[in-house]
Amino acid sequence: MRDRLLRSPVLAILWKDMVLEARTKDFFVSVLVFAIIVIVVFNFAVDPTPQTVGLVAPGILWVAIVFGGVLGLNRSFALEKERGAIHGLLLSPVGRDSIYFGKMLANFLFMFLVEAVTFPIFAVIFNISFDAPGFLPVALLATIGIAAVGTLFSAMAVNTRAREVMLPLALPVIVAAVEATGLALADGGWVSGARWLPFLAGFDALFVVVCAIAFSFVVED
Amino acid sequence: MTEATPNIPAIEVRGMTKSYGRTRVLDGLDLTVQWNELVVLLGPNGSGKTTLLKTLAMLTRADKGQMRLGGRNPERDGARARRLVGVVMHDPMLYGELTGAENLRFHARLFGIENIEERVAEVAEGVGMTARLQQKASTLSHGMQKRLSIARALLHDPQVLLLDEPESGLDQDALAMLEGLVKERSGPSRAVLMSTHNLDRALALGSRVVILAQGKVAYEESLAAVETDVVREAYIRHTGARL
Repeated sequence: MRDRLLRSPVLAILWKDMVLEARTKDFFVSVLVFAIIVIVVFNFAVDPTPQTVGLVAPGILWVAIVFGGVLGLNRSFALEKERGAIHGLLLSPVGRDSIYFGKMLANFLFMFLVEAVTFPIFAVIFNISFDAPGFLPVALLATIGIAAVGTLFSAMAVNTRAREVMLPLALPVIVAAVEATGLALADGGWVSGARWLPFLAGFDALFVVVCAIAFSFVVED
Repeated sequence: MTEATPNIPAIEVRGMTKSYGRTRVLDGLDLTVQWNELVVLLGPNGSGKTTLLKTLAMLTRADKGQMRLGGRNPERDGARARRLVGVVMHDPMLYGELTGAENLRFHARLFGIENIEERVAEVAEGVGMTARLQQKASTLSHGMQKRLSIARALLHDPQVLLLDEPESGLDQDALAMLEGLVKERSGPSRAVLMSTHNLDRALALGSRVVILAQGKVAYEESLAAVETDVVREAYIRHTGARL
């Protein structure tokens, strides 16, 4: 069964990245440590009260996830650069879009795992009620958008120095995630935050398509 | 393996130009490699050997010019052209945290190879890697990583082999293995283009030598047609080497 699934290039690349991550834990540990440090430091810096928590907490949460994610995403392609492994991928007859989707799926999965650990810690530290099912669609859609853009800019890290210019591209997704989280915390429910979901889904679709096309130009000299 | 069409060359390059910044590495280079040939690329550092091989491997794009691999245009038919070539470059193109077997299995999946385990065992045996297959690639010596890289390049039984100084880091046993391999891979419906700095190896292995200088073919000759001393003289003249 596994062998049959891994005949898909996208799943073969995803599986390879999962095995590498299971052995190195590079992505998970670096992002998780960074995110928790940011959350703890901001907790001391702003001393959140029930009145202010809805104003500051969403920004802190997503800053922690996004900047932690940048660290992890750069590690993800650094492994491809070591020993020229990325060239091995590019020599194979699979489409560049398949390579992109394999890497993007892996990055999405790793970021989502980090969030699954970070969000409950965030809720405890900021003393807010954590409605996991309500938060799930926002976290899923925001993480897809960040992983879509992040996979492209981490691939740019292999060939260029101007990779950070990609980060502002993810801004619409980050803003929507912060707004949705803020509304939910202020109103005490994710129904009010759900109005941002179509916006998030729209940008995800745009980013996934554009980044998959741009990827082939980025990974070749 | 598909039967090669005799009147279509294995590799055909016309007017290939490639610059990195202001440095022109390939300057309107023309080269043809026929089936059944083992062409050895010689030339000083910076003459364009690696860039030519990287371009033929579709790892970098030429600024100008055309190339065909087995008559196929890689720009239009990239997937088929990639199935045709096996590539060994300076980097082993391996994942250090995966074992030798896992690296080979992964690449075999990307090439859609049937009977992966059998094929992995076969190519590993061919390069003398069987005993080290379960070792992580990062823990292998440079020479063993090179053997694994050669095994990776052979997994899909390519008709055209592109080798960039494949002898670097190999011991005497491995060099003998490599020599046997490149001779075998330049048989019917196959071709090898290999760069080296070792003139004696080029003369012993090649059916033709091509000397590059400043991004162009400065000299080319079939080794069946001339004495080796003539090639040695040309090598000294074009590379400035002292033998």
